[in-house]
Amino acid sequence: MPVKDYIRERFFPHLWCPGCGHGIVMNALIRAIEALGLSKNEIVMVSGIGCSSRISGYLDFHTLHTIHGRALAFATGVKMGLPELNIIVPMGDGDALAIGGNHFIHAARRNIEMTAIIMNNRIYGMTGGQYSPLSGYGTLATTAPYMNIDHAFDVVQLSIAAGATFVARTTTYHVQQMTDCFKKAILHEGFSVVEVLSQCPTYFGRKNKMGSAADMMAFYRDHTTPIGSKKKKENPDLIERGIFVQKDLPEYCRAYDTVIERAKGKGQKG
Amino acid sequence: MAKPKLKEHQIQTEWCKGCGICVAFCPKSVLELDSQDKVRVARPEDCICCRLCELRCPDIAIEVIVEQEGSG
Repeated sequence: MPVKDYIRERFFPHLWCPGCGHGIVMNALIRAIEALGLSKNEIVMVSGIGCSSRISGYLDFHTLHTIHGRALAFATGVKMGLPELNIIVPMGDGDALAIGGNHFIHAARRNIEMTAIIMNNRIYGMTGGQYSPLSGYGTLATTAPYMNIDHAFDVVQLSIAAGATFVARTTTYHVQQMTDCFKKAILHEGFSVVEVLSQCPTYFGRKNKMGSAADMMAFYRDHTTPIGSKKKKENPDLIERGIFVQKDLPEYCRAYDTVIERAKGKGQKG
Repeated sequence: MAKPKLKEHQIQTEWCKGCGICVAFCPKSVLELDSQDKVRVARPEDCICCRLCELRCPDIAIEVIVEQEGSG
């Protein structure tokens, strides 16, 4: 089975709960990498802390399991040192946008070439179901038993505003679209963000009475729509999925090479 | 291109956690959960080899094996 070439089988079955969307993200990511024909040695996966970040232990690339919210900072260091490598940074919603919010916007602003995958399950699963900046107004969580009154970030709008040059959103139901988004994001020469709506049946789903993992995926099927579809005009509450932004701007490592060249030139003159 | 023909579903039973995602979204109702909450191929003759079970499995526990072209 080709998928097994990319995993560390000794850690399977993995510890994610039954029906956890993160496993589907991992599955799609393996297929994207396999389809691109990338060697395992050209990929560095850098993750932080949380359920989602366990993915770096399960996949057989160069992997760094770092500290909470700081995966992008470590990844920036790796990319600056070894710019020929492909950097993939899987993060949870809290890891990326609460604890690591500043790292996220500044990595996006610099347009450093790496693929940030935000596995958005709208909850802190590992620590017991606390609400995250993606839970949204009116939801329930262990730490919001009556109602969460924090409004959620829109990951796509935030990424675009921060300067990411590739921004996409998809869900665990839309697996073929997810693989396609990952392929394009990995190939993109700049900072890529792929938000994947990923179910947490154990906490978010249970607290908010959303049913089983399959019920939560059916919710993604019924409450999302391709960008600019007719359905979106009829029902503005639908969440759009697809590629929102894909543009070319100077990439950070290449721009830095220019600075080095300029500095060398000046040195020779002086 | 000819329609792919099913050889078998390779199921890694120890990895299956019985979440039921493959069962819920199989367009042809080929799969079921058994009494141990593990996936079981109940109607292999109905399988159209769309691989959605394989792609949506969070536990990487299913693979759809198709007959090689020309060998059937």
